[in-house]
Amino acid sequence: MSRVSARRSRSHAPWSPAPGSLGAPGEVPAWEEVRPGGEPPPLVLEAVTRTDHVRYQGASGDMNPIHHDEPFATASGYPAPLTVGMFQAGVLTTWATNWLGPAHVRRTRIRWKAPVFPGDALTMSGRVVEKRDDGDVDLELACTKADGTVCVQAWMTFRLPRR
Amino acid sequence: MVDKSSLGAEGVRFEMDIERGKIREFAKAVRSSHPEHWTGERPVVPPTFLTTMFFWEEANPGADPWERVKMSQERGMHAEQEFIFHGPPPKAGDRLYCTSRIDAIYDKQGRRGGTLEFAVKVTEFRDADGTLVAEARMTGVETSKPPEEGP
Repeated sequence: MSRVSARRSRSHAPWSPAPGSLGAPGEVPAWEEVRPGGEPPPLVLEAVTRTDHVRYQGASGDMNPIHHDEPFATASGYPAPLTVGMFQAGVLTTWATNWLGPAHVRRTRIRWKAPVFPGDALTMSGRVVEKRDDGDVDLELACTKADGTVCVQAWMTFRLPRR
Repeated sequence: MVDKSSLGAEGVRFEMDIERGKIREFAKAVRSSHPEHWTGERPVVPPTFLTTMFFWEEANPGADPWERVKMSQERGMHAEQEFIFHGPPPKAGDRLYCTSRIDAIYDKQGRRGGTLEFAVKVTEFRDADGTLVAEARMTGVETSKPPEEGP
């Protein structure tokens, strides 16, 4: 389902990934090892389901019916319940934390560009835009539909250990 | 129409406990199997986890100044969101003290006509010593017609 290169695996306690998770975290590279063009391949979510909506809504506490109540969504002018934008934004950050580690995150900025509906295939990717001497690495990320529509743009800063 | 008089409104302070089970639930919802969320006594939060402050805010009457913006549920949308960590991200076992305010309200002309009304809510998360550990900035937008294709 997800296309992830065979990165060196971390030595963690025995651990089974949660069913439905995407990608596999690798060993976090040192600041010196991160470079534009060296990003891991995208994560692919092959089809968003209403179960994704419900699971995210329950976890986040955003119970707006427009994301799960079909009659409410269609009466509001949508073809179907749209996802919570924070769902695809959260999966987008998963691409980045699988690579650079969640403990190193310092900033996440998200901008929504287009709605996402059940059945959409989403590709999560990103690139290094800047490295600073203090150990910070800035990424620009995108969540893209199969037709090329960018649904979410995001910018993240990670503070990485130096060698 | 958003209520411009809500600019500057501040909510009462509320507590948010960072919990291990909630971290698992949230990590699963954003499809993360990262062991730093799933193992250990004090797992770290996912990057967008502080959005779960909903559960703590809504249990405290007067905590959420966003109610005073009066944005439409049908034509209102989340336009931007930012989470800033002023150091390592929060971990399970942390207790945060949170205060929200309406930080900005402004208009823009939409590309397909109509006026877009924006409102920004900023939430500060502090530890027991009062040190600022994280901030959240939520930007909502209300369109003057149904948002079929986004702003």
